[in-house]
Amino acid sequence: MAYSEKTRQVFAGEIEEIRGKGLYKEKRFIWSPQGAEIEVEFPEGASREKVLNFCANNYLGLSSHPDVLKAAHDGLESRGYGMSSVRFICGTQDIHRELQDKVSAFLGMEDTLLFPSCMDANAGVFEAVLGTDDVIIADRLIHASLVDGIRLCQAAYDTFKHMDMKHLRKKLELHRDKRSMMVVTDGVFSMDGDLAPLDEMCDLCDEYGAMLLVDDSHGTGFIGKTGRGAHEHFGVIDRVDVITTTFGKALGGASGGCVSGRRELIELCRQKARPYLFSNSLSPVIVSATISVVDLLTKTTERRDKLESNTKYFREKITEAGLNVREGVTPIVPVMLYNAKLANDMSRDMYAEGIYVIGFFFPVVPAGAARIRVQLSAAHEVEHIGPREAARRREGSRRTGAARCAAPASSRRSVREPDDRGRARAGRA
Amino acid sequence: MDEMKDAILEYVADEYIDEDDEIELTADTALISSGIVDSFSMVSLRAFLEKKYDVRLPDGEATPDAFDTVNSIIALVQKHLG
Repeated sequence: MAYSEKTRQVFAGEIEEIRGKGLYKEKRFIWSPQGAEIEVEFPEGASREKVLNFCANNYLGLSSHPDVLKAAHDGLESRGYGMSSVRFICGTQDIHRELQDKVSAFLGMEDTLLFPSCMDANAGVFEAVLGTDDVIIADRLIHASLVDGIRLCQAAYDTFKHMDMKHLRKKLELHRDKRSMMVVTDGVFSMDGDLAPLDEMCDLCDEYGAMLLVDDSHGTGFIGKTGRGAHEHFGVIDRVDVITTTFGKALGGASGGCVSGRRELIELCRQKARPYLFSNSLSPVIVSATISVVDLLTKTTERRDKLESNTKYFREKITEAGLNVREGVTPIVPVMLYNAKLANDMSRDMYAEGIYVIGFFFPVVPAGAARIRVQLSAAHEVEHIGPREAARRREGSRRTGAARCAAPASSRRSVREPDDRGRARAGRA
Repeated sequence: MDEMKDAILEYVADEYIDEDDEIELTADTALISSGIVDSFSMVSLRAFLEKKYDVRLPDGEATPDAFDTVNSIIALVQKHLG
């Protein structure tokens, strides 16, 4: 038997090691559509609980929106379920082209190429456009998929301290003899909710002749006055060279992603990016639904405005309640607790009270920087954020009194998403 | 040896530690396993070592374990100094 007992023990040992490090991902089953209130079976086999959901990336509340469902049905009826082909053989329909054109217009970019996910977009873009004469200079807290994509590429790479523009300048200076330089950042960092200072980054890139790539998966659809993303927020829509983003979060939440940017770079991706060349086309169902989302967001800012208002309200109230929240404007609100057990216990207790949030602690975030990450949505109503406020306040005050008194200096460090060697990378849930 | 230690310590402090971090850095301080340096940003340190000491650190040896303390880094560099 090929799968011997010895082999089984090797794998079982590795799983135990993951458990031992506190990194084991428990199974959680959702019995309802995605939304502000969901029905959860956790742990596996437990009775289902209706809980308020504060841990989805459903920022605009479109995952189960009737208009999106209708568009998905229309796509299914008019274009079928699957393409049974990669894009360049017989997997491109008129609606794939339509979505690419609409995303280009929405993001203010020259061209766009669809990928099965943003993970695939990030895995493909660097290798397609950069080579051994080039260098990639990346923020240290970029998403795991960017890290993987950079490692797949033959270009040299270097890193700069999280959002530290002096350090970025130093690295641009160090590598200015390369054929081309590409600076890489997240638009919104998923564990902190930080917005990368794209205006300053564009200035530096201009000064040193570097390109700028932004993964705006946690920003597309709602950051900026009309929701175009972090580049709109900083007034640099025409200065960012490449944006990678996902349809799996604010834009309907199913799956799919894209690379959008300078025409030649997109054409190179179309010719060379392996996840594009060797993966199936996005399903017509998803393409059709995503077109409807982009149309909706182009027509009205109502949902991103509601999300902004929910975010502001929640940030104000949670701060008034005495909890220490990482400052910012994004709907990712890390409530800093500084103590791993506290974060773990508090998320468990809040689940028992019907509030679904996740605690993060070392090695997922730096030692001493444990927190609960709250993600807001336009699907939340004030009563979702409001009436339970008192309970949360009681819970927060009781548990965090000590934590507030003595937050260690190390906890002020920027949160990094640990890597895949020795410290499991949290990834972007 | 001391000169190398000082140079690496200085680089690590400058490259990876912020001013408001209360980290006392010594040649035995765990860098990777404590989270001061992660394996992605470790590339900067490796490039610094290869350039400064004119050595080539093979992929198989430039591991997070080998880079976990300044002392272990010194041992690796010395091995390849020729």
